[in-house]
Amino acid sequence: MTASQETIDQICKLLEPFNSTGKALTPDTEISADLNIDSVAVMDFVMEVEDHFDIEIPLNVVSETHSISDLAAVVDARVKKA
Amino acid sequence: MIDLLDKHKTIAERHARMMAMGVNAVGLTNDRILSPTRAMIKGRETILAGTNNYMGITFDADCIKAGQEALAEFGTGTTGSRIANGSYALHKELEAELARFLKRKHCIVFSTGYQANLGMMSGLAGPKDTIFLDADSHSSIYDGCTLSGAKLVRFRHNDAMDLDKRLTRSEGEEGGRLVVVEGIYSMLGDRAPLADFVAVKKKHGFQLLADEAHSFGVLGPHGRGLADEVGLEDDIDFIVGTFSKSVGAIGGFGAGNHPLFETLRYAMRPYMFTASSSPASIATSLAAVKKLAAEPERRDRLRANSARLFAGFKSLGLDMGCDMVSPVIAVKCADEISTIGMWNALLEAGVYVNIALPPGTPNKLFLLRCSVSAAHSFDDIDKIIALFGKVVASRAAA
Repeated sequence: MTASQETIDQICKLLEPFNSTGKALTPDTEISADLNIDSVAVMDFVMEVEDHFDIEIPLNVVSETHSISDLAAVVDARVKKA
Repeated sequence: MIDLLDKHKTIAERHARMMAMGVNAVGLTNDRILSPTRAMIKGRETILAGTNNYMGITFDADCIKAGQEALAEFGTGTTGSRIANGSYALHKELEAELARFLKRKHCIVFSTGYQANLGMMSGLAGPKDTIFLDADSHSSIYDGCTLSGAKLVRFRHNDAMDLDKRLTRSEGEEGGRLVVVEGIYSMLGDRAPLADFVAVKKKHGFQLLADEAHSFGVLGPHGRGLADEVGLEDDIDFIVGTFSKSVGAIGGFGAGNHPLFETLRYAMRPYMFTASSSPASIATSLAAVKKLAAEPERRDRLRANSARLFAGFKSLGLDMGCDMVSPVIAVKCADEISTIGMWNALLEAGVYVNIALPPGTPNKLFLLRCSVSAAHSFDDIDKIIALFGKVVASRAAA
């Protein structure tokens, strides 16, 4: 699955408030591991993504999503489906 | 070779930082337990204000006697699951007593409260179903949901409108829908707005489970929990509860009126593949449940103590987890280091509370969490308030 640049940009914007490391975000950034975001904060962040795109991303899918581009691909697929 | 434990190095570092500041705040040793509200810790008599011993029932003479008799009559352990070894008469008696107490047709007991949630979530929902769970749900709910294989949708804490929105998004998908809320949330002490959730239930149609772990025995005119308190028991399909709080033992239960409820015994792995509760634990639970019904004054004392602590903290200007009187009273602190420092200072001064840190807390909060007991005296409560004034309020002001 490939993700659109537009979705990646929007996700980066939503992720910025959760990024306390100051690291620059790239499509390959691993949301939890690289940004030191704990499991609960990852779920809170995904809730913001869900509401922004008006889609549902079940937790089972979140647990298999690691990088920003992984998540963007999930978003694109679900936006299309909706 | 990759060392499997390498991934836990950051936890080890965090723990070492905590230890460097004093004692192990998340693994304290009680050298002796003197009463429901007192223990000897580090050679000092300490007020216990973080043990969820809401009814103060752990040293009740009748409960102890029931446990001793069961120990002598039925032995030390059951040595296996109820599926394999069979039930003891006591298990059935406890289930019948709980069903009576809860006014439900069926009740199944589990060996721990954690397993009750694992069992109920995984027994009720399967891979084709969806579980909608409150964002602040206890870990046992999250873990039970994972075990079920169901699709998991998390809604914003105590937000029925948010649940409504998510149910609408998933309209038309196959499978059943289970919504899970809690009577009292363990970290902040707030309650689910049940009436709002019941309204959403009427609109969308789903089965509703209330985890009354912290509210069973505590809330409601009969002590049956939040649904009893707000008069909405008929709208709750399934109840989960624990024996490790108001009942003062260990174990848990699931209850409901569904005609197929008993079938869950053969569909819940956390019930089927673990040893059943030991006779003494079942017997003390049985005696305690009878007391929850027969001694409503324990609830009155708990309410009065909770109100006193809440008012005391409020007058100190402390920032609390919720804005209503609750037996769980959490104080919000600034950061991890200062929270650990204050926790140590409170212990040194003779009061034990819980320390709660992210990710074990909602919204990245750092908490000093108190739980009130019916067995606390007003003098105990006043001492706790005074110590929080000395240790916590003074620092917050500094």
